[in-house]
Amino acid sequence: MYVAVKGGDRAIENSQKLLDEERRGDPRVPELSLDQIREQMSLAVDRVMTEGSLYDPELAALAIKQARGDLVEAIFLLRAYRTTLPRFGVGEPIDTAKMAVRRRISATYKDLPGGQLLGASFDYTHRLLDFALAAGDERPVAEIAPEGVESGMQHVADILDHEGLIEREDPDDENQPVFDLTRESPRYPADRAARLQNLARGDEGWLLALGYSTQRGYGNNHPFAGEIRVGEVAVEFAPEELGFPIEIGEITVTECEMVNQFKGSAQVPPQFTRGYGLTFGHCERKAMGMALVDRALRARDFGEATEAPAQDEEFVMAHSDNVEASGFVQHLKLPHYVDFQAELVTVRALRRKAEAARAIADAAE
Amino acid sequence: MTDTIDLRPGFADPVIEAQNVFRLVLDAMARPGRIATIPESLQPPSPLSVGAAAICLALADHDTPIWLAPEFRTPSAIAFLKFHCGCPIVDVPANAAFAIANGATVPALDQFAIGDDAWPETSTTVIVQLDDLAVGDGLVLSGPGIETTHRLNARGLRVDVWGEWRANQGLFPCGVDLILVAGNRIAALPRTTTVSEN
Amino acid sequence: MPTEHSSAATPEQSAERRARQRWMSILAKAEFSDLDTLWNNLPSKPTWTVVRLPEIGMVMARGRAGGTGQRFNLGEVAVTRCAVQLEFGAVGFGYVMGRNRRHAELAAAVDAMLQTPSRRDALERAIIAPLTLRLDEKRLNRSRKAAATKVEFFTMVRGS
Repeated sequence: MYVAVKGGDRAIENSQKLLDEERRGDPRVPELSLDQIREQMSLAVDRVMTEGSLYDPELAALAIKQARGDLVEAIFLLRAYRTTLPRFGVGEPIDTAKMAVRRRISATYKDLPGGQLLGASFDYTHRLLDFALAAGDERPVAEIAPEGVESGMQHVADILDHEGLIEREDPDDENQPVFDLTRESPRYPADRAARLQNLARGDEGWLLALGYSTQRGYGNNHPFAGEIRVGEVAVEFAPEELGFPIEIGEITVTECEMVNQFKGSAQVPPQFTRGYGLTFGHCERKAMGMALVDRALRARDFGEATEAPAQDEEFVMAHSDNVEASGFVQHLKLPHYVDFQAELVTVRALRRKAEAARAIADAAE
Repeated sequence: MTDTIDLRPGFADPVIEAQNVFRLVLDAMARPGRIATIPESLQPPSPLSVGAAAICLALADHDTPIWLAPEFRTPSAIAFLKFHCGCPIVDVPANAAFAIANGATVPALDQFAIGDDAWPETSTTVIVQLDDLAVGDGLVLSGPGIETTHRLNARGLRVDVWGEWRANQGLFPCGVDLILVAGNRIAALPRTTTVSEN
Repeated sequence: MPTEHSSAATPEQSAERRARQRWMSILAKAEFSDLDTLWNNLPSKPTWTVVRLPEIGMVMARGRAGGTGQRFNLGEVAVTRCAVQLEFGAVGFGYVMGRNRRHAELAAAVDAMLQTPSRRDALERAIIAPLTLRLDEKRLNRSRKAAATKVEFFTMVRGS
């Protein structure tokens, strides 16, 4: 337990001034603008929006600037800000089949209808540092094809669906409420809506490591990247006073569909099962980790043994949030003087007891 | 489909006024039967009283479905609530977080949501519009928030409601709460308050 | 939570609603600078009262598991809304992603004006059509760059 302490106001104030100065760095170097962060650190912006759970590139850029590039701190700032805003309502589910696709790949089909689009990807770079970038003032230009890509690309999973070889994802009852962890405390066992929301806000590193653990045999579920797509979708919302849905803008999202072999059970024939990942912006690694963990957490639904950490829903969900985790770990810095004094007294007493016992034992020899 | 309904304005300063009303309702709930006066800044469409409208504007949003007694379901009242609160209007009292009814015709209290033992706060708060509300003779209130007893004169309330109120008290921690409203005067009867009719 | 979206509407009402959905979508998705420029070029502008001051809030964006299945809450998007009423009665709404108050107010004003039959054609030409064109251009440009990265993978014979 930590205790309240008084004083230190001046030191705290000065510490914050020092923080401000160090954030700015050498004043001879031009200051970063939010536009620069938004445009040139766009994947950091995307991660902060996804885990900060608020789509607003401008605010995410501000959070990154203020946090000196510490993304978990930036996520915390964005989360704190979102609690000050009223919620007007809940949007219609986004329709990723109508996405204006900018990247779309599948590791299961090479000739999928609509084709594979690499989009902008690190995948085929050589990961060699590019010293030309260090020189600055580069103006790269992308190639432009004569025609755009076709719109309304079918999901890869729908191709398998025609053969009945893949688990179907059917809509739930529109009249039932959807669990919202920002309004209700989690209850275990959690339903899939609660799990997916938790994972969508979850720490990328946590999901990456857990997803990796399933591949290394801790709850293996034989995944294939069925499809990964990145692009823009419309956000639709039906304000109560209008009574019909309207589009209020477009967001960029990354979607990952993992396809997993499943041997079948007493109730379910052998088929492919699915894991799903969805993020704001372009967060491909996160979406893939999320899809692996979503599938792992469905073990119970398929009657599989739940022995691995990634299959343990309470373990995964309770530790996925980096704002909570960071808060609890970092609270150890707060004054624990009274606690520690009490422990000190106990350890001293134990030590005396042990020494006395040893003295008696020595005397007896 | 030109929208030409008479859309009355809400609070002039939504944050400050909503917080003020919130505070008044909080105090009214903490001191059952004491009358609080809501500033007359709203001109809600009839038959909504200033008090009922202000409570909705302060407390209701898209997460809090409202049930309206039939006489309150006028196009302008519905438009007012939907516009300013963004709240859904529901057909079944038991699905409502808030309900608005007249004292003479308020449905039996067991028609509303009572919450459950784990989430007793999910019951319906019933806003009951009355002809008049005054301190003095009339009902004798006792219970938490009242030192000994408190007298409240609530005119225009269906007489058999107090039998239902005793049954409601038996449901504790579940049960509905009432907010009595006459014009811009409000008094709350939380589920813990015992009411006897003199 | 039950919400009543579309109660029975006549064909004219549905057509009117679709038209309004289209222009509201365009006004929301447009770049503010484009809308602002077109607005400033408008020869005559009505006066209006702001029924709801521009207000910044959020809308919860939802996804579906597998793209088609169980709904879930993905995260919120920042939204600014505003409502205005023209002198002669029409109420216009602006719901616009982001935090630009002026964008929401202009969207609401144009929505109200477009509900006025005598103004509609001129406004369609002056504002909605050029905004639509800009959005289509932007989308096509992005799409053509993506199309340039389309690949054909050839499966090599596997070594034994």
